[in-house]
Amino acid sequence: MGDLFDILMTAGFWAATIRIVSPLIFGTLGELICERAGVLNLGIEGIMTAGAMAGWMWVYQGGDLWTGVMFAAFIGASFGLLHASFTVYLGVSQHVTGIGITLFASSLSYFVYRMLLPSATTPPKIEPFQSVAIPFLVDIPVIGPALFNQSPLTYLALLSVPVVWYVLYRTPIGLAVRMAGENPMAVEAQGIDVLAVRTGAVMAGSALMAVGGAFITMSWFDAFYFGMINGRGWICVALVIFASWRPQKALLGALLFAGLEAMQVRAQQKAGAVIPYQFFLMLPYVLSIVAMVVMARRARYPQALLVPFRRGERH
Amino acid sequence: MQFEARPSVSILRAGLAPIAAVAATLALCSVLIMWTGTPVLNAYYLLFKGAFGSTFAINETLTRSIPLIFTGLAVAVAFRSKFYNIGGEGQFYAGALAATYFGTGLVHLPPLLMVPFLMICGAVAGGALLIVPVLLKTRLKVDEVVTTLLLNFIVILFVSYLIEGPWRDPMAMGWPQAASIIDEGVLPPLLAKGRLHMGLFFALAASVLVWAMMKFTVLGYEIKAVGFNAGAAEFSGIRVNRIVIYTALISGGLAGLAGVSEVAGLKGYLTRDLSPGFGYTGIAVAMLAQLHPIGVIPAALFLSAVYVGADAMSRAVNIPTYIADVLVGVSVLAILVSVMLTRYKIRWR
Repeated sequence: MGDLFDILMTAGFWAATIRIVSPLIFGTLGELICERAGVLNLGIEGIMTAGAMAGWMWVYQGGDLWTGVMFAAFIGASFGLLHASFTVYLGVSQHVTGIGITLFASSLSYFVYRMLLPSATTPPKIEPFQSVAIPFLVDIPVIGPALFNQSPLTYLALLSVPVVWYVLYRTPIGLAVRMAGENPMAVEAQGIDVLAVRTGAVMAGSALMAVGGAFITMSWFDAFYFGMINGRGWICVALVIFASWRPQKALLGALLFAGLEAMQVRAQQKAGAVIPYQFFLMLPYVLSIVAMVVMARRARYPQALLVPFRRGERH
Repeated sequence: MQFEARPSVSILRAGLAPIAAVAATLALCSVLIMWTGTPVLNAYYLLFKGAFGSTFAINETLTRSIPLIFTGLAVAVAFRSKFYNIGGEGQFYAGALAATYFGTGLVHLPPLLMVPFLMICGAVAGGALLIVPVLLKTRLKVDEVVTTLLLNFIVILFVSYLIEGPWRDPMAMGWPQAASIIDEGVLPPLLAKGRLHMGLFFALAASVLVWAMMKFTVLGYEIKAVGFNAGAAEFSGIRVNRIVIYTALISGGLAGLAGVSEVAGLKGYLTRDLSPGFGYTGIAVAMLAQLHPIGVIPAALFLSAVYVGADAMSRAVNIPTYIADVLVGVSVLAILVSVMLTRYKIRWR
């Protein structure tokens, strides 16, 4: 227990938690927006890979960091549009479309990477986002350096939680998105185009996912590796269920998750000799399953999740 | 633009759907090939030649199709009852683990019994891996897509632990791999030259058996009924949850067989790169087959030709091998559209 307390008191632990949580926040919010509109987006794993590659490649080719983030978001939104044309307009299986998008987006990213850098054996590096200290706040002991000396993208991630909450719950657009996921007929009765609302939500959500991927190559690390998303997208899908489709709970779930993962890395250094490292690496996946089981009884799915809407058809 | 449901799906349209999807896939991916600077027709010719151009090539393509037939069948059965098992990769490794555990000296049987014994062990292990996700689905309504996906990562890490730790073969010159399957357990080669092995017969037999099960047995009928309309199936007295559990066990078992066939037929020992994503490619196989167990055979052959051919093509001209994975991903999306068009008519107005 003493060891555990020591870990909790180090600024390094909190800084790592906030770093790990950033891509999870982007991914979870992105998935949450899609599902709130009634579309399960299993393309997330591939879209995060594409965002990671696109943002990094933009900067590597001489672009600026922030336009790189915007480029990643644009690529994400494009895959979102592809997803929506299948699931929203054609109304085909959301499960299979999502898996197809993941296969397509990740393999396309690897293909493009190899085309642009045919002979790179060690992955080349870029100059990533530098951390920005917020004056005064950074001087608070332990949490100060962790929370207020971070990459600008991390601030953006933390900021996007209240923004997504506000848009979903306090604006007419948000109401339309949530209704499209609960009762699309009612949206149609208001004279709002359900298909357009869903498409917009999937595109916006996918853009966020891609920015989450870009965080990993442009802020956390400085290079693009094959397989670097490594299931983070699927973990985000589990976190959405854990959060009962609410942005504020998504932040809480992601923080809890990231904290446990940061702890895991530190515990691994202490107990690595006794317990093989693979068991530590399994923890995030095991935890995601446990999180879904814990929340299963209380889960309240958006009523129209997975149900395609065809104008004039009865449901 | 509106979609109008066709009164019935004609066999001609259903048969043309995968051909149209493949044609669309090749056409779409030709954009990427143009980017590499290789003439498109030349590239596809090289791909075809790499997959079917010599006895060796055909041999390799057939060998590569064996695990794809199994994982494709696993997905085809599961998706029929709308149980979305995306964990083929994990179940593949579970099967390979079981074959390694029982097949490296623990049990000695004559070859005629040893091979079926290992197959059964692998199938049981693959099915067992799905017990947790399927019970979580039927009891607690936990989404099986995410649980089966996450289990893939857990199982692969477990394999990595075993072959770097307790199961590591000291004779393997430092490579992390398990001990070899004993001679009695090895699936015998079919030809004097090349790597083609008995697994092909097992895979073809599995396709026919699954087809017969789906067509002629009550269980097959009930699996289809649950997938078509679970509510109506429940109302007519089918125990939906029980059928979903049976489906999951069959599906996991089939994916487990793929693992046995690779470890005992092709490689001979367990490594971490035993599968380059056969579990995920199985989804593409099943979709191209429109979930038909016999259709899985040509679909698996096509995708295995894509992989084998792309390897040869990238050696000959400067096209990254990832083109094969792009072709697989695009084919999944293309078949979704073409199957949809067999069921709906587009009305422009």
